[in-house]
Amino acid sequence: MSGLVAATATLELLQLEPPGWGAPLLRGLASSMMIAFGAYGLGLLLGLCGAFGKLYGGPVLRDLMAVYTTVVRAVPELVLILILFYAGTDAVNQILLGLGYDRIQISGVAAGIGVLGVVQGAYATEVLRGAIQAVPAGQIEAARAMGMAPAMIARRVTLPLMLPNALPGLGNLWLNATKDTALLAVVGFAELTQTTRQAAGATKAYFTFFMAAGVLYLTISLISGWIFARMERRARRGMPEMRA
Amino acid sequence: MPVTADNAMTAAADARPEAIRVEGLRKSFGTLEVLKGVSLTAREGDVVAIIGGSGSGKSTMLRCINFLETPSAGRIVIGGEAVAMRPDGSPADRRQIERLRQSLGMVFQQFNLWSHRTILENLIEVPVHVLGVPKAEAVARAQTLLDRVGLAAKADAWPAFLSGGQQQRAAIARALCMQPRAMLFDEPTSALDPELVGEVLAVIRDLAAEGRTMILVTHEMKFAREVADHVIYLHNGVIEEEGPPEALFGAPRSDRLKQFLRSVG
Repeated sequence: MSGLVAATATLELLQLEPPGWGAPLLRGLASSMMIAFGAYGLGLLLGLCGAFGKLYGGPVLRDLMAVYTTVVRAVPELVLILILFYAGTDAVNQILLGLGYDRIQISGVAAGIGVLGVVQGAYATEVLRGAIQAVPAGQIEAARAMGMAPAMIARRVTLPLMLPNALPGLGNLWLNATKDTALLAVVGFAELTQTTRQAAGATKAYFTFFMAAGVLYLTISLISGWIFARMERRARRGMPEMRA
Repeated sequence: MPVTADNAMTAAADARPEAIRVEGLRKSFGTLEVLKGVSLTAREGDVVAIIGGSGSGKSTMLRCINFLETPSAGRIVIGGEAVAMRPDGSPADRRQIERLRQSLGMVFQQFNLWSHRTILENLIEVPVHVLGVPKAEAVARAQTLLDRVGLAAKADAWPAFLSGGQQQRAAIARALCMQPRAMLFDEPTSALDPELVGEVLAVIRDLAAEGRTMILVTHEMKFAREVADHVIYLHNGVIEEEGPPEALFGAPRSDRLKQFLRSVG
């Protein structure tokens, strides 16, 4: 009997309508996903530029990319987030005030996407660089020999050929992106983890809410895994399976 | 110009326009000079075979013609158009290089078909996306070519599932699908199992018979003798001897060529 009461109470806590915390949790999840998508997209863009820069750029560009990937991967993401949120906002405003403008408020979403995107970009650079290097050189040479322009070779030959090599690493990066959004809780941004903490604190039902958050993260991860597996299968079309 | 039996060709043959002319080509990799001033002329319909030992520079010479290797010095003229080169030999105009490459069908030792595209997609890739041929027309042209190299049934297959000989025949069809002015073959049978060499040579022989301009780097001496109009023997980056195949193979003059022909026997 008491078990049933506990189960009913739990369900009430997770209901969408107040006093249930379901709606805020889902809003938190939506914020987390928005930041993860934004950061991942930014990271892929930076990663592509970084990988091509490292492989085909001049010495200066290559050095710059090396500094970027080394520094960003060396500093804990939490520290980077704190730096950008507090020191970064401060620095931007000092500059703006110096130039005679008003202070601005950097939005949590923009800052979150910015910081996590820069972190993702550093890892994506390495994933994509390795994947591009694994593309058989002869297939790129064939494209050159037939008069394709460099941009078309990148788009129609190099990128599709490196995709099967890159997708496992890119899948990992995506999962990292979804989970790293939780780090934004330290700056008070209402993503899923922060909202969960509020709900748990307000109701004292810690177990219930952290379990609920865990299930939501797991669901995202399972769906992502399925999508990435499908993409990898598609990217591998025409390539015989290799098993060690 | 060294006097060779080639110069004795009839005036009518000499009137054919030049497809490819290479003059005084040099190429160094670092301090190693692999080509020390080599020249060749291929008129429309000529089949020029380049033979020589490993490290003689024969592949490098072929690859300089379409600038897959950047020459160090020399002059290259494709269809009457001189390639604009900087003093160091590097191409001055990327777009000119791309345009000229589109007129030269290159066939590689390792086939180099694009593994993420089917055979048919490999054939129509450049015609459709670079040359702007309407897709239906490119597909029709590709199917005719696949039929010609005996791969009509493999249009929708992936390259990885074809034998080496089939892949090389598809690669030849891919090059032909661009309707090139000339074909460049870089040891097209060297990566093949012995029993697959014949089917590829048959396709190349067929192309020679229809009067296609070709420059062929090869280890297949019997084949070179059979299809070539002109043979160049390269040794250590210089043309040691050149001339019609009967002369080069039948009555080699230089000791190096005699020794080379004995060794490949």
